Amino acid sequence: MALLHRFQELSATYQAGGIVLGLLVFATILVASLQKIKPGAIWTEVGQRIKSWWMMVAVFLAAIALNRTVSIIFFACLSFWALKEYVTILDTRRADHRALFWAFLTIPIQYYWVGIQWYGMFIIFIPVYMFLFLPMRLVMAQAPAGFLSSSSKVQWGLMAFVFGLSHMAYLLVMPHVPGSSANGQSLLFFLVLLTELNDIFQYIWGKTLGKRKILPTISPKKTWEGFLGGLWTTLVIGLVFRFLTPFDAPAAIGMAFVIAVAGFSGDVVMSAVKRDAGVKDFGALIPGHGGMLDRVDSLCYTAPLFFHIVRYFYYP
Amino acid sequence: MRDFLRILFFIFFLRPFMALFIGLRVYGRANIPKQYPFILAANHSSHLDTAALLSLFPLGEIKRIRPVAAADYFERNWLISEIVHTLFNILSINRLCAKKRHENPLLPIEEAMRAGQSLIFFPEGTRSTSGKMGELHSGILHLAEKHPEVPVVPVYLSNMWRSLPKGEFIPLPFFCEIRIGEPLFLKGNRQEALDGLKTAMIKLRDA
Repeated sequence: MALLHRFQELSATYQAGGIVLGLLVFATILVASLQKIKPGAIWTEVGQRIKSWWMMVAVFLAAIALNRTVSIIFFACLSFWALKEYVTILDTRRADHRALFWAFLTIPIQYYWVGIQWYGMFIIFIPVYMFLFLPMRLVMAQAPAGFLSSSSKVQWGLMAFVFGLSHMAYLLVMPHVPGSSANGQSLLFFLVLLTELNDIFQYIWGKTLGKRKILPTISPKKTWEGFLGGLWTTLVIGLVFRFLTPFDAPAAIGMAFVIAVAGFSGDVVMSAVKRDAGVKDFGALIPGHGGMLDRVDSLCYTAPLFFHIVRYFYYP
Repeated sequence: MRDFLRILFFIFFLRPFMALFIGLRVYGRANIPKQYPFILAANHSSHLDTAALLSLFPLGEIKRIRPVAAADYFERNWLISEIVHTLFNILSINRLCAKKRHENPLLPIEEAMRAGQSLIFFPEGTRSTSGKMGELHSGILHLAEKHPEVPVVPVYLSNMWRSLPKGEFIPLPFFCEIRIGEPLFLKGNRQEALDGLKTAMIKLRDA
């Protein structure tokens, strides 16, 4: 009883963090017992994934709970690693070297705008300044063959992995929502939790019920059953974790819907990138998951959309 | 003093740089012989090659690993020479002068091997500009003929030229790999021995 009382005194984000850790304990025990009852290769794979989830949850919680500078550096590293995985699988030209250098240099600059909370610069730095400068830098290398292909590769990488992902960091530094206990930290938690659970439940529903393929040439394992099952589950989860946000019930469902659809989109867009480059995974950083990008692909889509919708409706 | 500076450089710069910036992945580490001396024979496409290979070894052993480097390039001025000798412990050989004076340019290498030091050797002789492997020079055969008991370890380094191609000075964080094959002993007909080494390196490239 006393413990429950203590739990209720925690901030919403810590309560949600506690629930997630509880779910992980539950999942770990569940998979371990299922492995005993009905042994199979699938449980080894699932067990591996859960082990990686422990790691990722721990790192993420530490990153958003410690001070703001640490959090911003954490997200900058996320962008760095994602962009690194992306350019490695691409077929870049020798002439792209200097432009790619500038693309990487964009990361600390973009996160610096987050650090000093200069919203105007944060929002135009990449789409205006960098997108005008990078093609010019490519032109200076004087290699017209493949110019358009190179500039679209570099710009899309910046858009998704630096501009898109940096919205998580900006969300984190946002102040309290006026007239609500929700703040940037709890909103970020809601966003990441729903995005990741949506991924997981699309996978689970697809594995158990999946029949009709949704985009067979891009991602042969994805099915309508997985997508819709994930969507419904995410709507429910959105309602459950509404206490992290200023949303009323319809708004929570609406935001969960946006996250589910956008998360799916991010996932399949990055699948198309992988397919085009002829690789299966972006890397081997996270056991059972592939590279960092295989984990944050959905967030490249959900983070900017969630951020701008929340900012428009809840921050006057 | 030089050994001390080198160890500091490895701890505080080279190793974190290789692990966090380049994200270096190593396959076949167990193929590196425990016994000195040996020769690591790798393809060459970037200045990162030597640094990446050196980062594989325990700090206590780096002074026994000597990257073979061309004196005409790395000793072109005092500062560069001091830096590469101190930080990378290079073993410089004089390709040009020795040829003119009909000396054996590999003499310093043989001395080092007799002293129990291992070599990092790039049999292509120079960095490839396209990332593709070039023809192997016969220098490594001269060494193998004089020291048939020294194992030659084929190594393939991938993506290094994308990170730092010839002519650039800022490395980019492409993931790079080191793939190490089983040690060979270069024996028999010279062309066959050289082809054997090249085949082993190509097999690692395509692995």
